[in-house]
Amino acid sequence: MPSLKDLKTRIESVKSTRKITKAMQMVAAAKLRRAQEAAEMSRPYTERFNHVMGKLAATMGDNESAPKLLRGTGSDQTHLLVVMTAERGLCGGFNGNIAKLARAEAQKLIAEGKTVKIITVGKKGRDAIKRDLGDHFIHHVDMTEVKNVGYADAQSIAAGILDRFDAGEFDVAKIFFSEFQNVVTQIPTMQQVIPFDVPAGEGDADDADSFYDYEPDEAAILAQLLPRAVATALFAGLLENGASEQGARMSAMDNATRNAGEMIDKLTIQFNRSRQAVITNELIEIISGAEAL
Amino acid sequence: MADTVQFDLVSPERLLSSVEAKEVQIPGAEGDMTALPDHAPLITTLRPGILKVTSDKGVDEYVVTGGFAEISPNGISVLAEQALPKGDMTQERMTEMVDAAKATLAKAQETFVNEPGPVDDAAKLLSDMVAMGGEIGLTAN
Repeated sequence: MPSLKDLKTRIESVKSTRKITKAMQMVAAAKLRRAQEAAEMSRPYTERFNHVMGKLAATMGDNESAPKLLRGTGSDQTHLLVVMTAERGLCGGFNGNIAKLARAEAQKLIAEGKTVKIITVGKKGRDAIKRDLGDHFIHHVDMTEVKNVGYADAQSIAAGILDRFDAGEFDVAKIFFSEFQNVVTQIPTMQQVIPFDVPAGEGDADDADSFYDYEPDEAAILAQLLPRAVATALFAGLLENGASEQGARMSAMDNATRNAGEMIDKLTIQFNRSRQAVITNELIEIISGAEAL
Repeated sequence: MADTVQFDLVSPERLLSSVEAKEVQIPGAEGDMTALPDHAPLITTLRPGILKVTSDKGVDEYVVTGGFAEISPNGISVLAEQALPKGDMTQERMTEMVDAAKATLAKAQETFVNEPGPVDDAAKLLSDMVAMGGEIGLTAN
């Protein structure tokens, strides 16, 4: 049975924890709004981009001269997994879920006898999969210094990936991130970026006006667009991740605040009971003392 | 025949403009072009330059640094790599962009010593950038 003093310190400490989690929740809520806006702002671009890419890819089809980024290298031996997570923890299952998906995919590929290479973006994901898959790491992108994710950040990551592709280091690239659904739901997602995966339903939807003129020509446009498609996919992933992270942190901290509140209630009841018991004890002693006289 | 066409200008970071346009002047990679409503379907890449949109509200001008445009009879979408209203273009931004283009050129010259293709592309990007600066009265240095 803890003493009254112990209980009191305990209650105080839980109270200060609650203050911290409450503050973190409010910070996350404020950041969430911004991150969500950024993610929504980028969606029109991504949609239209995929629309045009779909058309182009449909025209080029299985053309022998299509660039490797679209057609693939003809092999799928080496896979590159780009795992994008947050730089900070305390955001519920956010980092863990992405890591779990990436780990499952990596293990599946390894079981199939493929070579797996991993690039991590964000410290937490790196830590989470280091133990099992640390040998496969080839690069890490540090985003600690980046406050607001810009397209330039995505472009520099993409440039690194494309250099490796040109050097023949891998055949297939997939990115892992968490898609922001709403504050309580974030869906860990895997998306293939190399070779370019034509989004379902695009390209063949409006055959009637697919007789596009191309300037310069299809091949030249594709050569320009494909690297950009990688950057665009990464950028969209980063922004979705940003919003998801804040959303996950907000609900995690909301839970923590509520738990702390419940704990305080319980401890206070316990404190009051023991205080009552002490008083009753003292009274009994006094009364029995008086009776003995 | 419709006398306006839906025009959207988007950059990866945001949607800059979405209006019913009467005509759009696009800095295509192989020369400027003006798209009117009911234009034949066309996809083109862009060079750095000025994009001019004429709508009921007047003429809006934007600086774009590249990207591509999709023109179809029922809509014109410009997907710019970077875009900003011409009024927001300052000497600082200009210098920044020209420096970035110069760096790309230098890197291309270094990496592709015996392949003129990428080097020429980068050089063209730089000269287009400088030309665009001249057009809006900013110097490239």
